[in-house]
Amino acid sequence: MKQEETFSIDALRSGDREAFAAMVDEYSPKLYRLALRMLGDPQEAEDVLQDSLLKAYHAIDKFEGRSKVGTWLYRITSNEALMRLRKKQPALVSVDEPIQLDKGDMVPRQLEDWCCLPEDEFMTAEAMVQLDQAMEELSPALKAAFILRDLQGLSTEEAAETLEISESALKTRLSRARLQLRESLSIYFGDRVKEFMHG
Amino acid sequence: MDKEQHCPDLLSELADFMDGTATIEVCAEIEKHMAECPDCRVMVDTLEKTIYLYRNREERFELPSGFRERLFTSLHLEDYLKD
Repeated sequence: MKQEETFSIDALRSGDREAFAAMVDEYSPKLYRLALRMLGDPQEAEDVLQDSLLKAYHAIDKFEGRSKVGTWLYRITSNEALMRLRKKQPALVSVDEPIQLDKGDMVPRQLEDWCCLPEDEFMTAEAMVQLDQAMEELSPALKAAFILRDLQGLSTEEAAETLEISESALKTRLSRARLQLRESLSIYFGDRVKEFMHG
Repeated sequence: MDKEQHCPDLLSELADFMDGTATIEVCAEIEKHMAECPDCRVMVDTLEKTIYLYRNREERFELPSGFRERLFTSLHLEDYLKD
């Protein structure tokens, strides 16, 4: 995550609109992508982004500076996205995940080697749909860990702080997310390999 | 290779291995195991490819048209749109 901000925290705290605009410019693309990947809906992602930034603006005097502004904004946005998911699917959304990896999680079921497929095969519209569907099947807790760590490039420490969990819990969620995505994609790309080999 | 025992133990170290934060000893153990276990080799290769595909798509991501204008307007920041 970027270390130095293009705006002053003190100016933000005093309600400076220009500093707020600079903060919005700096962080809104990353926060939008987080919300979009969490929710899968562009309109909802924009709504969550707007609500999160408004919440941040009104709560900036409570920002204590112990974490980076970016981590704080990521936390507000991921919480907003999780709240939306809970409202939509209360029965399905569990924020908690087992701390330990079950052995059942770790044993790979799909062992087709699909890395050999031509690069074009990974870029088709159908492949993109598969990537979306696999992501959609992750629980919100796993999804958040994968997005923050692997897609947004936060460190383990930053991602754990954002989600308010321990680093070991973050690593467990990340491993579960990666393995589940791999299993899902292996079904589709494994079939593509078989089709390729047989004609 | 005893898949029920050894592979899962090994796989639990994979996050650190893939993120480059595993100890030299753990890396050596995983490399050695992968050289002997084709299933784990495929698993790690496809796991790395999975992460690559998502990251690659993320790098090509473009914000929707009018994103900044809509956001600045909704936050009453229109005066700062020109920047």
